[in-house]
Order: sequence, then C-alpha cells, then structure tokens
Amino acid sequence: MQDSNQILNEVTKEDYKYGFVTHIDTDVIHRGLDEETIRIISAKKQEPQWLLDFRLRAFRYWQTLEMPQWAHLQIPPIDYQDIIYYAAPKRKEGPKSLDEVDPELLKTFDKLGIPLEEQKHLSGMAVDAVMDSVSVKTTFKENLAEKGIIFCSFSEAVQHHPDLVQKYLGSVVSYRDNFFAALNSAVFSDGSFIYIPKGVRCPMELSTYFRINAANTGQFERTLIVADDESYVSYLEGCTAPMRDENQLHAAIVEIIAHEHAEVKYSTVQNWYPGDKEGKGGIYNFVTKRGLCKGEGSKISWTQVETGSAITWKYPSCILAGDNSVGEFYSVAVTNNYQQADTGTKMIHLGKNTRSTIVSKGISAGHSQNSYRGLVKVSPKAEGARNHSQCDSLLLSSTCGAHTFPYADIQNETAVVEHEATTSKISEEQLFYCQQRGISVEEAVGLIVNGYAREVMNKLPMEFAVEAQKLLSISLEGSVG
Amino acid sequence: MLQVKNLHASINGKEILKGINLTVKPGEVHAIMGPNGSGKSTLSSVLVGNPAFEVTEGEVTFNGKNLLELSAEDRSREGLFLSFQYPVEIPGVSMVNFMRAAVNAHRKYKGLEPVSATDFLKMMREKRAIVELDNKLASRSVNEGFSGGEKKRNEIFQMAMLEPKLAILDETDSGLDIDALRVVAQGVNRLKTPENAAIVITHYQRLLDYIKPDIVHVLYKGKIVKTAGPELALELEEKGYDWIKKEMGDA
Repeated sequence: MQDSNQILNEVTKEDYKYGFVTHIDTDVIHRGLDEETIRIISAKKQEPQWLLDFRLRAFRYWQTLEMPQWAHLQIPPIDYQDIIYYAAPKRKEGPKSLDEVDPELLKTFDKLGIPLEEQKHLSGMAVDAVMDSVSVKTTFKENLAEKGIIFCSFSEAVQHHPDLVQKYLGSVVSYRDNFFAALNSAVFSDGSFIYIPKGVRCPMELSTYFRINAANTGQFERTLIVADDESYVSYLEGCTAPMRDENQLHAAIVEIIAHEHAEVKYSTVQNWYPGDKEGKGGIYNFVTKRGLCKGEGSKISWTQVETGSAITWKYPSCILAGDNSVGEFYSVAVTNNYQQADTGTKMIHLGKNTRSTIVSKGISAGHSQNSYRGLVKVSPKAEGARNHSQCDSLLLSSTCGAHTFPYADIQNETAVVEHEATTSKISEEQLFYCQQRGISVEEAVGLIVNGYAREVMNKLPMEFAVEAQKLLSISLEGSVG
Repeated sequence: MLQVKNLHASINGKEILKGINLTVKPGEVHAIMGPNGSGKSTLSSVLVGNPAFEVTEGEVTFNGKNLLELSAEDRSREGLFLSFQYPVEIPGVSMVNFMRAAVNAHRKYKGLEPVSATDFLKMMREKRAIVELDNKLASRSVNEGFSGGEKKRNEIFQMAMLEPKLAILDETDSGLDIDALRVVAQGVNRLKTPENAAIVITHYQRLLDYIKPDIVHVLYKGKIVKTAGPELALELEEKGYDWIKKEMGDA
C-alpha cells in the first residue's frame, strides 16, 4: 500500500528527485527508546565499555531535559518512543569479502550520483556512504592511509582507533550541550571519522553521503574531524531521503578540532526531503555542528547550502580559542512551501586577534519561514577580535517570512564587530526584463537566486558548485506565480 | 510582419490604448511619436506582453502567429525585442550569464544545441564592438551601476546578440548626450537588414536624424491620428504637438 502511495508521490512531485526507496532487507530494532535500546545499539556495534557508559550517561541526562522552544519554529510534538533508533541494510550471507557491497546499495548510490566503485569515482573525491544507521562503504581508504590519513566510518574508528575517538569524542560538543546533542550522544549510529596527521595536506576532497532509507527510523549521525598541526582537509557532506508522509528525525553531531595552523573546510549540501507542497512529511533536521580552533593560527570554515528538510534547526559554530585563529560561516538557506528553517552560527572569540566572518543568504518562498540566528561573542581576554556579519534575505512571495536574530555579546572593548543586513524581493520588473529576453520565469528565478547566492556558492568545492546551483533552482520551482 | 488591428489595452482598469491600427513590413523603420501620456510606452509594453497591461480588444499577428496568445518569453524567442526605456538592474546576475541564458533559450526554441563557451565569448566580443560597450560592463551584473548612456548601449548590445526580427526602441534617446546618441543610433543602423524591422518610439526628432524612419506615426490619446513620411517628424519638430491637438479639437 505504501508503495503505490510512493509512486503517486513521485509522479506528482517530480521536483524532489531523490525520493525513491531502496527495497532491501533491513535489520531494525524495536521502536522506542530506553536503556535497552542503547545497549542493543552498542552491542551491535561491538563497542567498548567506555563508549556504552558515555551513551548511558548521555541518555540519563537527556531524560531530564525538555525540548527547546526558543527557535522561531513550529515543531509538532515528537513521540520519541515511536521512532526506530537503529536500522541497517542486511549483509547478504555467503563467502564474500568484507569490502563487497550489496549491488542493490551500489545501485542506490549510483542513482544518487555517488558512485562507490573507485574507478568511477568523482575526480579527486573520497566518499563514505552511510545508509540509515551504518556506513556502507568508504572509498580510497588505502590511498589515504599511505599519507597517514584516517578516513573511515565512525563505527570502524571505534574499533581501530579507539584512543583517538576517546580523546576527542564530546570534546567540542558535550552531551550536556543541548537536548538533541544529548539524544544523539545516547543513540548515535554512524557517520565519518577523519584524522589528518601533522603537516599533511589531504590530497582529495573527503565526503560523506547520508541517506535515510528505512521508514519510521531516525538517523543519528556522528562525525568527528581532527586536523593535527599544519594540516589541511576539505570535507563535504550531502544528504537525501525518500518521500514519506511521516516526518523523520535526523539529529546529528559534528565536531571538528583544528590544531596549530591547521585548516578545515566543511561544506554541506543539505537536501533532505522537505515535505510536499502542503507541508506533509519531510525530515526534521536538528543538528549540532561545532568546530574548535584549538591551535594558534588555525582556521575552520563552514559552508552550507540548505534546501531540504521540513524543519531545520542548525547553527554550525566556531570556538576561536587559539590566538590568531579564524572562523568562517557561509550559508545559503532556501525555504519553500511550508518549510521552516532557523539557522545561523555562533562565533565565540576567546583567543587574541581572532577573526570571524559570517555571510548568510536566506531565500524564502511559498508559505515558508526562514530565520537567521547568530551570536558573536567576544570574551574579556580576546584582544583585537574582529567580526564581520552580513545577513541578507530574499523574498519570493508575500506569504513567506524572513527573520534575523543577531546577538552580540562583546566583553572586550578592542573588538571590532560589524553587522550588515538587507532584505529584498525579486521584482516583477526584473522577471519581465528576463522574459523579454526569452528567459522563462522559472529560469529567471534560478538566475537571480544563484546570482544572489554566488558569494556563498563560490566557497563550495568545484565538483559540487554546479550541482548545488541546479539544486537551488529546482527547490524553488513553482515558487513564483 | 506585424499587424495590429483595433488594439485596446488598459492598466488598472484605465483604458490607455483606444484602437491602434499598425502594419509593419520587413525592412521598414517606423517612428511613433506623440506627446507625453499618449500611450507610446503602453503600446510597446503590450506588444511584448508585459503582464501589467490588459488587452481588452483587438488583435495582433506577428509573422502569421497570434502574438497575444504567446507568453512574453515566446514573443522574444519569435524575434520581438524591446529596448527598454528604463532597463532594470539585476544585482548578482552577470551580463555574461544573463546573455548566455537568453541566447540559449532562443536556440532551444529553434531546436538548436546550447552555444559553446568559446563561440559565445567570441559572439559577445563582436557584438560589444557594435555599440562600443566596455568589456568591464559585460562582466558586471546586469545594468547594475551602469550610467544612463551605458544602460541604453547595453540594450542595443543585447539586441545585437539576439538578432530580433522586429525591434522596438522605447525612448532609447531619453537621457542620452549627443555622443551616446550617435553610438546607439549607429549600432541600430548597423543591425538593420532588409529582413528585419524596427519601431522607434520617441518624443523628439533628434534620434530620427540618425535613424531614418520610412513611416512616421503620431500617437495621441491612445490612437494613431496621423501617418506620413519622414517629413512629418520634421514638421512636429518645428511646430510641436499643439497643432495636432488643435486638429483633434482639444486645444
């Protein structure tokens, strides 16, 4: 029954082209969340005792918390006992090598434009493919290992590099940080682990592709990136999910640690299923992402293109602890139909002469609500801190909302903090001018929106810039009428 | 090429065009003159399909097609071009991207493949030279921060790129100094062929010294009240529009 619904959905809503379901046997555990759930997940992943203890501490803390209500979002009540916390594509029995991947899964990722066979790989890109709660395959692991780079699934890192995981897990985002961070710390399933050794410049883009497939499940991704002194890595994540009438929860934690003079560039192209035109279904994307510029002269740069999800609650942030460290946040957030987004960043200046840049471009259409929320904090010891924030909103309809909530907490008088904000609307005149030159309205909106977002799009790795541009146009199709 | 019959159009319920009749043949240049508020710009807007105006009566055929049934973008792709009186700024969209989208939309309509990057840039270079448009302007956002003269030159540049069958120049001379006027007019003249046609809408004779019309119409209160050869423009220049008003019994 669900399948026929699915087909109907796909035919009538062609604009979300990743909405298909892979039919594959899935190993799922019981619905609901209790200590037993956590013990099962931990056992399935054959985790050491310290990690189970970490999860249980987080769970007990989470039980004391209430869901946060401060965001400019209307979140329907979520029944946490009605979610499945672990779902994994079943490995087929037989004498197969550990590296062999079910062809059905290969096909799925192929269809998503993420080939997992290395000979077909996107130029200069290594991929970790995560379906539901587990990593399916990581490409180019061996090539990277030659340089001492560790790029593998989080679960694998727990097995093979437990010391590194134990040292850094929760060191940037504590399980006590917030409601969703506590939840994630209790039930996280898979994600990527990256370690770049001293002085190594990672020779290719590393990326993780997150796919939700199973119904009624939540995805609790956990990613940890450690860049040792004077190293460099550029990382990219992409995400999609099938179209379903029920909402599904994605609650991730990403932690980044940059040591002395290390640089980490983290890019996201978020395209979770946004729900249908009436606002039914879609992913709840409640994510905590934070980077710690620990060492002197380190740099962390977040770039995000957010087009999907029914509700987004996400604030990739930088703690600028090292002197002369740099934090950057470049964001394009698109909301259409009944989507809601409350997204932004926090730049916490602790070290001397730390610098941060915030460029946020919100694009709202339909009946959507799009909020920028940002905090710039300069601590008493952060001499000579500088921040420049620019928050622009573009409106495509008269029924949508764009909101800006900038907060500044400046405790050192040498700080220089600048904030600029603009709001604009695509005018009838602009559209007509394009039409008179033979450009259709839809294409004109795509041109204008991409032009508006260019400053951020330019920060994406080349391979994804084109894809992201198309995505912007597609997600706004039918939004002007 | 273009036949306009008894065209009536209004904006916000107010009738501006009250029965326009006009025939344009290939190779012709028509000038439409008239005092302010006579409906000159409305006529051009209606022909290119500006949704702000409502056609209440009449018919328009363009190369045998019912123009009023076509979307604004299809009218463009059919070869109808408007040089806007007030070209719009589109921040963030570079002229290069804008023109490529336009050229490719036209090509797609004709069933052609998108133009290659090298051919396109070569085309840009050649056409830019026609109106002496600076390379820097071509790499900037559409009309953003352009002076009045640059905007008008940019319009003619786009006309050169799209090679329309019928170009409507709506007060292209307004806001131009004499040198810019000469450059723009020369550009238009160089684009003239026996197959295409132009409608030049202007308030003054000045532009018509450079772009020689074959036929001159006077538009007054939403109707074409006089049609004659180029000498009519000179007469208007000399005597102003009052005698027309008098003839119409209004002054």
